[in-house]
Amino acid sequence: MQRLTVYFFSLFLIFQSSLLSYSSNPADFIDELVNDAITKLSDKNISKEKKISFVEKIALENVDINALGLYTLGELRKSSNEVDISTYQNSFQKYFLKSLTSRLSDYSSSEFKILGEEKKSANYTIVSSKVKPKDDSPEIKIDWRVYTKNPDKPLIRDLIVEGLSLARTQKEEFASILSANNNDIKILINKLEEFVNN
Amino acid sequence: MYKINLLKIFLPILILVILVAPKAESKDECFEGFSRAMFKFNMALDDIVLEPIAKGYNKLPGPVKKGTSNFTSNIGTLLSIPNNIFQGNIKQLGHSVGSFAVNTTVGILGFLNPAEKIGLQPHKEDVGQTLATYGISSGCYFVLPVFGPTTVRDSIGLIADSFVDPFAHVTIRENELFGASGNSLDYLTIKGGTIVDFRADNDANFESLEKNSLDLYSSLKSIYLQDRENKINNSISKEQDEWGNLDN
Repeated sequence: MQRLTVYFFSLFLIFQSSLLSYSSNPADFIDELVNDAITKLSDKNISKEKKISFVEKIALENVDINALGLYTLGELRKSSNEVDISTYQNSFQKYFLKSLTSRLSDYSSSEFKILGEEKKSANYTIVSSKVKPKDDSPEIKIDWRVYTKNPDKPLIRDLIVEGLSLARTQKEEFASILSANNNDIKILINKLEEFVNN
Repeated sequence: MYKINLLKIFLPILILVILVAPKAESKDECFEGFSRAMFKFNMALDDIVLEPIAKGYNKLPGPVKKGTSNFTSNIGTLLSIPNNIFQGNIKQLGHSVGSFAVNTTVGILGFLNPAEKIGLQPHKEDVGQTLATYGISSGCYFVLPVFGPTTVRDSIGLIADSFVDPFAHVTIRENELFGASGNSLDYLTIKGGTIVDFRADNDANFESLEKNSLDLYSSLKSIYLQDRENKINNSISKEQDEWGNLDN
């Protein structure tokens, strides 16, 4: 479990960017977005509230939250009705944004470097990168699953930090909750809402 | 005595696990109720003992922490040496032996890590990983008191580690190796130091997980199993194929 470092740290590195649109090339998209994020997060003149609103806005624009929500729901997405799916996605989005912004104060300055990209299919490219914290902590390898079905607007679907997939971890967590509750999606939705409201 | 005590603790659990889960996969639970209870116990232990120590450790000067981390990691490399032999991985054997030799000598007993600078990057290998390379499946998942998440295969590997680890021979069994010898306390001190270093290094991440998980038990299970897969494959990136059919 060495360096399961930083799902959340890595995530808000990404999302602390300006409202500029980024390149459509997956590697350039990630590079521009993360470096923009590092600049924003390092700026001590920007208030925490403004950083949070940036995080939320940029996440909504550059992360495929709907697809992530469906992925984390697993097979249940095929058997649930549209109303439940819609309610779930609404709750999941709120949950995602809250968990994303909950660690803003822990950001420390880092260097970011793209190592390469690998096109897996017409829809997916994996962008490899590394983050070097400035406090002499070890480098962290991060792979980004970028959805490229619309070549003009790439979207992030997953982060794989030192081999640990954020999406898979979330999916298996939700699967456990569903399994313990007779696969009742409403209970999962209630738990997401509880988290958001606490 | 240590060996006997260890067997007293683990043997009944292992026999039970092996009996109930001969064909289970790692994502399957051996006995979830017991594991969740052990998880709660471990979390309480962490809150009371490990977390305060880790937070104190994190206040030490950077070079002290780095030196401690290098030192425990260098000793941990010893376990990789016999496992690389068992796996027939000659290249990694070279990395392990070379790294240990360079760091123990030039690196002042392992407090420095000059081996990394000359390109020696040993993977950590244990008996659980070796068993996996022999095609032995993981068996079901459970949580041990104190030791935490494991599978049937990894728990057997955990016990076997203490028999193949050269450091355990020198300390627990007090055998002499290249003129060096120690005792059980040395072994426990180093292993304890390794745990504290790991816990301190990941303190912020644990806090994040605790804060943001709906079911922390399942999150840590997923992370443990992904990490073991990566270590067995000696790779940190693996396709998540299920994304393929999610094309909205």
